[in-house]
Amino acid sequence: MLIYTIKRVLATLPVMGMVVVFVFLLVRLAPGDPAAILAGDYATPENIQKIRTGLGLDKPIHVQFWIYLTSLARGDLGRSLHSGLPVSQLILQRVEPTVALALSTLAFAVLLAIPLGILAAWKAGSLLDRAVMVFAVGGFSIPIFWLGFLLIYAFSIRLDLLPVQGYVSFREGLVPFARHLVLPTVALGMVYMALLARITRASVLEVLQSDYIRTAYAKGVRPPAVLFAHALKNAAVPVVTTIGVGFALLIGGVVITESVFALPGLGRLTVDAVLQRDYSIIQGVTLIFALVYAVVNLVVDLSYTLFDPRIRY
Amino acid sequence: MRRKALFRGLACGLVGLLCLWAGPAAAQTVRAVMHAEVKFLDPHSTTADITQVHGYMVYDTLFSLDAKGQPQPQMVDTYQVSPDKLTYTFTLRGGLKWHDGKPVRAADAVASIKRWAVKDAAGQKVMARAASLEATGEKTFVLKLKEPYGLTIRALAKEYSYVPFIIPERQALQDASKPFEGEIVGSGPFMFAQKEWVPGAKTVYLKFKDYVPRKEPASFYAGGKKVSVDRVEFVVIPDQSTAVAALEKGEVDYIQRPHMDQWPLLRKNPNIAMYRSDVSQMQIHPNHLNPPFDNPKARQALLAMVNQEEYLQAIAGDPENFRVCHSMTGCGGWLETDAGADLLKKQDLEKAKQLMAEAGYKGEKIVVMAPSDFAPINAASLTTAAMLRKIGVNVDLQVVDWGTLVSRRGVKEPPSKNPGGWHIFHTFSGYAAVKDPWGHANISTACDKAWFGWACSPRAAKALEELGQLTPGTDAFKKGLTEYHSALMENVTYVPLGEFFQMSAYRKDRLSGIQETPHTVFWNLVKK
Repeated sequence: MLIYTIKRVLATLPVMGMVVVFVFLLVRLAPGDPAAILAGDYATPENIQKIRTGLGLDKPIHVQFWIYLTSLARGDLGRSLHSGLPVSQLILQRVEPTVALALSTLAFAVLLAIPLGILAAWKAGSLLDRAVMVFAVGGFSIPIFWLGFLLIYAFSIRLDLLPVQGYVSFREGLVPFARHLVLPTVALGMVYMALLARITRASVLEVLQSDYIRTAYAKGVRPPAVLFAHALKNAAVPVVTTIGVGFALLIGGVVITESVFALPGLGRLTVDAVLQRDYSIIQGVTLIFALVYAVVNLVVDLSYTLFDPRIRY
Repeated sequence: MRRKALFRGLACGLVGLLCLWAGPAAAQTVRAVMHAEVKFLDPHSTTADITQVHGYMVYDTLFSLDAKGQPQPQMVDTYQVSPDKLTYTFTLRGGLKWHDGKPVRAADAVASIKRWAVKDAAGQKVMARAASLEATGEKTFVLKLKEPYGLTIRALAKEYSYVPFIIPERQALQDASKPFEGEIVGSGPFMFAQKEWVPGAKTVYLKFKDYVPRKEPASFYAGGKKVSVDRVEFVVIPDQSTAVAALEKGEVDYIQRPHMDQWPLLRKNPNIAMYRSDVSQMQIHPNHLNPPFDNPKARQALLAMVNQEEYLQAIAGDPENFRVCHSMTGCGGWLETDAGADLLKKQDLEKAKQLMAEAGYKGEKIVVMAPSDFAPINAASLTTAAMLRKIGVNVDLQVVDWGTLVSRRGVKEPPSKNPGGWHIFHTFSGYAAVKDPWGHANISTACDKAWFGWACSPRAAKALEELGQLTPGTDAFKKGLTEYHSALMENVTYVPLGEFFQMSAYRKDRLSGIQETPHTVFWNLVKK
C-alpha cells in the first residue's frame, strides 16, 4: 500500500502542473481587466493604463507566467492585485469557516442520513421507507438559498433564537461558534443528507439481496446481526465514496450558503476574486482546491481496504 | 405570544444551551453594512466609492464642503490669497498628528496634493496652472499659479473620487500608478485596524484618541469631527435580504444602500429610519468613434428615443424613488439647466428613426452591453435595447458581467474589427460628480483623452473652461452655463436618463447624529 500511496502522490504532480498552466491561461483569456476594476468607474482610460503598467499586467503573457512559476517554486502564491495582501494569508483567513461548515454539515448529514438509509433499506417497501424517500426527494428539491431564508425567518427573526448571519471562530468560544453554524449547517446539510440517505439505502438494499446474506439467514443468524455484522461493512464502500466526494464538494462549493449567511469562507473568496478578476487569488485558490480533491480522493481510495478486505493495493 | 414562547421553548430544547447565549455586548461598536467591501486602501489609487469612505475614516482633507456646498478649512487653520489671485499661502492647524504619533507636516500635504493631481481631473486643472507648490515651513506651504483659477479651493475640497486626502509624505512620494506600499497611517478621526482586516468579510476602524476636531459644529463633510464610538466595523453581507434581517434583529446598526425592493419592509419597522443619502444620474454612453454614433445625428436620435420616465420606472420602480431631469449637470443644484435639451424632453420615435436614417444607418448590428450582475444598469440597458428596436435598430444585446463590461468599454475599435468592440453601454454617477463637470470624468469632451466613448467637443470644452472663471449666480455665469449645456446636448456626450435616489437605513433606537453625506461618515455618531 505504501508503494501505491507513493505512486498516487507522484501521479498528482503532473495533475497539479496542468492545473497551474490551465488556470493561469484561462483567467487571462477570459474577458475582464483587473486594472479597470481596480481603477473604479470614474477612472479615465489613461489612468487605467497607468495601473495596468504598475501591476505588470502589460508584460507579455510568457513573462507573467515565468514570474508566477518562479514565485510558486518558492512557495509564494503571490499577492492579491487588489488588496495587496499575500494570497496565502487571504486563504488562511478563509479556511476556518469553510472547513468548520463542511465538517459540521458532513457530521449532520452522516449522523442522520446513514441511520435513515439503513432503516429504509431494512424496512424496504414499508411506510417508513417511503417516508424516508419522500424526505430525501424533498431534501434534493429544496434550493439551499430558499431553505436558508426560511430558517433565518423562523429561527432568527420570529423565534429570536439564533443569529441571522456571520461567523465566530471557535477560539472566541464554542457556544457562539456553534450558534453561528447551526442554520448554515442545516440549510446546506439537507441536500447531502438526502444524497447520503439514498445512496445508503440503495447500497444496503443491494447487499441484503446477496447470496451470502441469504446463507447467513439460512445458518440461523439473527436479523440484527445479519445487518450489522455482515451487511453494513460491505455496503460501506459507495457510502464512503459519497462522503469523500461530498467533503471535497463542500470545501469548494458552499458559496451560496456562505453568501446567504455571510460566512467569510473560501467559496466567497473565490467568487469575489472571479468577479474582480483578481488573478493571483483565483490561481491560488484553484491550486489549493485541486490539492484538496487529490488528497481526499487518495484518502477515500485507501479507506476502501478497511471496509473490503478483497481490495488490495 | 404564548404560542411564540412555546415554539421558542421547543426549539430551545432542540438546539440545547445554544439559545442561552446572548452574544457579546456591542456597546460603542457600530456595525455597518456598506455598499461594497473595502479592498483598495490607497484613496488615490481608485475611484471606488468605498475606498473614499475608507479615506474619510482614516485620512483628513485640507478643505471640506459644508451643507451649503461651500468649501471650509478642515486641516487648514488659515489661508491667504494674494490680491492678484496667483499665490495661496496655507497654514495647517496645530495638534494634527498621524496615527503613529508623528506630527502632520506641510511637506505631507504638498506631496499628497501632487500625487492626487496625477489622476484627478480637478487636481490636474489646478496643477496645470501651478508655477510651484512648496512647503515653506513645518506647517506652511505655498501654491503659486501662473494664471488665476477660481476653482482652486473648491478642487481641494472635492468630496468625491478622487478626494484629495492627505497621506504621509513617504507614501505620497511613491509611484501614483499603483497603490502605495506600507502600513495605513492617517491623521483622520479613526485608525485602520490592519490586523483585524479580512478583505471581503470585515474591516475595522478604531477611534483615534489624539484626533483634535475643529471647534465648528459638523456640517456635511466639514466642521468638527467628534468621535463618540470606540469602534466601527464594516461587515460584508453579500445578500441584501440577510442584511435587512440582520438590521431588523439588531446584529448590524446601519445599511448604506439597501436594495429598493427592501425599502417597503424597512419603512414598516418602527426601529428603523431611512434617509436619502445620494442621488444618481443614469446615462447612455454611445461610442463616438464608431459608426453610426460617430455621427451626431445618430447620437441625437438617442435623445429623441428616450422617455426618461420609462427608464426610471425600470430602474427604480416607484415614482417616489426617482425624478425626471433633463439637466446633464444635475437637478436641484447650482448648475441645473435644460438648455439645448429639447429633443430629450419629449419622446419622438419617428424623429429618432429619421435622425438614424440621416446618420446613414442601414441596419448594421448595434452592440449594447448589459451587465446582468448590476441591477439598475442592467435595467437601463434592457430598456435601451427595447427602445432601439422600436426605432428599427438591429440590436445585438450582449449580456456580460460588470467586470467584463469595464474592461471591454476600453476597446475603441468597432465590433466588426474587434470582438470586444461596442456601441453603447450604461452607467450612473453620484450627485457630487454630476454637479461638478470640471471633475466628473464621464462628461469630459476631451476627444482622445475623454472618458469611455471618447466624446469630442471643443465647443463644450471651451465653454466649461470659461464657466470656471465666472462667478456663480451672475448673468454671465447663467449665460456661460447655457452655452456649455447646449454644447453638451449638441454633442450628446452622453444621454442623461434622469435621477434615482439612494437611501440608507439605520437603527434609530441605537444610533443618532447621522451626517447625511453620500460617503457615509461615522463622526458625530452616537450609539445609544
